[in-house]
Amino acid sequence: MPDATSGPAWERRLLLGLLLAPALLWLFALIVLPQIDLALLSFRERVAPREYVASLAQYRTFFAEPLYWHVFVRTAVMSLAATLATLLIAFPVAWTIAKLLRGRLSALLFVVCLIPFWVSETVRTLGWMILLRESGVLPALLAHLGVTAAPVELLYHDATILVGLVYTSLLFMVVPLVSSLESLDNSLIEAAYDLGGSGWSILREIVIPHAAPGITAGCIVVFMLMLGNYLTPTLLGGKSSQWFTEQIYTQFIVRFNWEQGAAFGFLLLALSTSMVWLGLKLSGQRFGDVMRRT
Amino acid sequence: MQAVLPMLLALALLGGGAARADDSKRLRIITWSDYVPAEVIADFKKETGIQAEVTLSNNEEIISKLRATGGAGFDLAQPSQDRIVGAQQEFRIYKPFDLSQVRLDQFMPDLLATVRKNATLDGKLYGLPYVWGAEGLVVNSKRAKLADYGDLCRPEYKGKTSIRLRRPVLMAFAFASGKDPFALYGDIKAYSALMESVGRTLIACKPNFRFFFDNKDQALNGVRSGELVAAMMWDSGGWALNRENPDIRFINPKSGAIAWLDTFALPARGKNDAGAYAWINFTMRPAIAAKIAKSIGNFTASKGADELADPRLKAQFKESFPDGFRNVRWYPAIPAGLEEIEGKILDRIKAAD
Amino acid sequence: MSAAGTGQDAATHDLDVRGAVKRFADHVAVDQLSFSVARGSFFSILGPSGCGKTTLLRMIAGFIQPDDGEILIGGRSMAGVGPNRRPVNMVFQQLALFPMMSVGDNVAFGLARRGVARAERLRRAQAMLERVGLGGAARKKVDELSGGQRQRVAIARSLVLEPTLLLLDEPLGALDLKLREHMKIELKQLQAAFGTTFVYITHDQSEALVLSDHVGVMNRGRFEQQGTPQQLYYEPATPFVAGFVGANNRIVGRATGVAGAIVSITSEQGWLIRARSATAIAAGTAVEAFVRPEVAVLARAAADLPAGQPAHGGEVESLLFDGANSAVLLRERQSRVEFRIALPQTGQFADLRVGEPIHFSFDPARAVCFPAGVAHA
Ligand SMILES: Nc1ncnc2c1ncn2[C@@H]1O[C@H](COP(=O)(O)OP(=O)(O)OP(=O)(O)O)[C@@H](O)[C@H]1O
Ligand SMILES: [Mg+2]
Repeated sequence: MPDATSGPAWERRLLLGLLLAPALLWLFALIVLPQIDLALLSFRERVAPREYVASLAQYRTFFAEPLYWHVFVRTAVMSLAATLATLLIAFPVAWTIAKLLRGRLSALLFVVCLIPFWVSETVRTLGWMILLRESGVLPALLAHLGVTAAPVELLYHDATILVGLVYTSLLFMVVPLVSSLESLDNSLIEAAYDLGGSGWSILREIVIPHAAPGITAGCIVVFMLMLGNYLTPTLLGGKSSQWFTEQIYTQFIVRFNWEQGAAFGFLLLALSTSMVWLGLKLSGQRFGDVMRRT
Repeated sequence: MQAVLPMLLALALLGGGAARADDSKRLRIITWSDYVPAEVIADFKKETGIQAEVTLSNNEEIISKLRATGGAGFDLAQPSQDRIVGAQQEFRIYKPFDLSQVRLDQFMPDLLATVRKNATLDGKLYGLPYVWGAEGLVVNSKRAKLADYGDLCRPEYKGKTSIRLRRPVLMAFAFASGKDPFALYGDIKAYSALMESVGRTLIACKPNFRFFFDNKDQALNGVRSGELVAAMMWDSGGWALNRENPDIRFINPKSGAIAWLDTFALPARGKNDAGAYAWINFTMRPAIAAKIAKSIGNFTASKGADELADPRLKAQFKESFPDGFRNVRWYPAIPAGLEEIEGKILDRIKAAD
Repeated sequence: MSAAGTGQDAATHDLDVRGAVKRFADHVAVDQLSFSVARGSFFSILGPSGCGKTTLLRMIAGFIQPDDGEILIGGRSMAGVGPNRRPVNMVFQQLALFPMMSVGDNVAFGLARRGVARAERLRRAQAMLERVGLGGAARKKVDELSGGQRQRVAIARSLVLEPTLLLLDEPLGALDLKLREHMKIELKQLQAAFGTTFVYITHDQSEALVLSDHVGVMNRGRFEQQGTPQQLYYEPATPFVAGFVGANNRIVGRATGVAGAIVSITSEQGWLIRARSATAIAAGTAVEAFVRPEVAVLARAAADLPAGQPAHGGEVESLLFDGANSAVLLRERQSRVEFRIALPQTGQFADLRVGEPIHFSFDPARAVCFPAGVAHA
């Protein structure tokens, strides 16, 4: 009898393999191969026209030239700050959607979070620029209201970059938060309240632990989106945006220095990987649980 | 393995524009904005049946895109004359011209000579002249008085000037400091030192720059809206603004405008060389070239087109360059390796606080 | 209506509800309700689903505010006092244990909120867990416990705070029958051991009867009757209580004669019975009579029936075997009215067959009748 059972099982596995093969091949061709290619690129150095040798020069340049790791650290710190700001803003919004509003109103608030995505990122960012530039709407309004004596330039500040980044990624934080808060049984909050809990202690002891996978998922997604963002920091940050993706773009496209660009790309990948790992460690979450939330 | 990345990059950059049936009936041109007016495309189609398709770009992107595909994806490119040889040595992205196919008599001889000098590699010619112009200063004369590049950094213009953070600005400020960077092209060490010092000047000047512009429209809008009182920019842009507002002028700085010459070049794996030659011969006819000159706001390399040029443009040219070409610097071809030095300086300026 | 609400010193009451009203839109969930619960007693609120029990309890706990009336706990008005500040704790219908904490932390949660030092609260939580028989469970996670164990944790979590009043909202509702029976006894023992005042909600009349010192029977936002389980069972004050508390045969008819407290009733189908009137009833009024199954006596021969009780005859319709609670369902011979009689424990009638003719009688003093339609709008 073993044949009767192992035959179909073996066939099923083959069938499954065949069904998955195109997807796996696609993944391999689009994700794994380019990564390997980039890795090889990053470990070589041009010594003469069309002549390359294996070397660590690209990585050495990164550490030797303060401006590169300065931009790198700045990108990481700003992304982190923007992620935290997004969390702080998204949490009350998600709470309102999940717990305070019912039906139509709750859906409406969700749609409001979606509005930034009705236009492309370029248009959205240009919209911000029109609003914030010195001859734009907001400075004129501030001057008119007497908040400032004359229209001031609101573009090209670090705070502007943060605002732009938070605005763009709010939805990616709200969605996992709403789904994890919705699954929180209201009676748990009431029970905690009944047992003497205050708003703050309930948030800390009940709500945040319950929503931790959602919070972690949101933070990971948002942080990676911010690290990898290009348009928002370069357009809103102007002459001092100093975003690391811009450095990568410059190396690849403007300087024709693919080797350096590839090395930078890998450093960014290492940064986001280690930040995700750290985030999971700190919040005590498992990757699988968290990703199911997104 | 090394072919994968270029392939993917090419896919991404070309937006997946896969090969179409009849390559001889279309001509894919990668060029600068305003370089190919719609009217000329229509005329060309009427005459030859070939449809020109235009992708807008700049020097760096032209090289990057062609490098990513090994010279495929376009049938004609328009890099600046000084950026051909270095890129060709490094990346082999162009093919030489078969001069028997080109009506050389349509070109202005001195511009042809410049190109022959700068765009020849191993005895073969890789570029033909198309349009030339200069970079200098665009100034709103009601609100600012500038004579040279260095004046962009005067304290009273803090936050009110702009530059494009690319190599021309390094050259301009090098000249403004009294040195000749082109003369140092052969001396890497001296050139490095010069660039270092230019970098320091520009970092100190950074508070004066409201932003670094990336494209012509951004610069034009800045000056037009009054957010900028002066910028280092192309002559054609300055003249366009001058037509809207006579206070805005393009001036030839004391240490000299830097003249550029954009060319025709054949991508190594272009599929319609016949079409490209037909286009070159077509656009260099004086009547067509005059239309192009009007669209760009610059002069072309076509012999005889200047007589047909817009009188207003001629007047603007006269006003900006009263001495003609006496105080204008022409780019020589860039030896390999210099751009890496400049790149680091530019990065440093960008990153400085 | 009842003596419990008036005349006694409020100081001996842990809970006084005075004229509490709660409306949801146009629906009155709790309607002018007043009652008191004596210190240390076990008070149950019994009523059908949707009658307003949870609403009442949530007003006492402080989660919702009464639209009218007053609630006093330990003699103190609770107006404007939040749930976290009331000397009351609640055991929720679905328990609401905190899954993100260990059992021990669940029990220590309230102590931590009161600022009890960590070592002290762990000690007290552990002691409380031992008292509910879960001494070894402090480090376990909530989902590693059985249903009954969770139940005990939920109670321990509240009791550790030594509340004046413990509110329990159908805490046994989610348990299976066997466990429910078991937990009933445990609850009773726990309440006796701690001496805390319990206010217990249920729609299961047997729970209410077994556990409580006093029961309030609730219907449509009001109490129909308050009293001891015995009073409710033997002296129902309204037809609703008679029908809701314990099993009962209900016979609808008209009073045809009144002789002191005993009323003669002719049912709609023409069956003539006699029953004690709960309130004054005039001849000719429509009435409802209730006869408990265990009040009636069965006999194979009419002569075997107790003397002095009106004899009735009928045929066995079906046998309802349920061990000690077995009963026979029969139809009165002429009127064909259905009537249920408990089988005696002796096994005397174990051999009854369907269709068999049978005689029965009941003491009219132990049957009760009410004017029809009262409190039944
Ligand atoms: N928040 C509310 N809004 C509107 N109506 C409500 C609300 N809460 C309860 N009700 C209504 O009030 C009535 C009483 O509800 P309640 O929950 O008190 O019933 P209950 O006696 O506890 O029922 P159960 O035994 O099913 O738990 C019901 O008709 C219910 O629909
Ligand atoms: Mg309820």
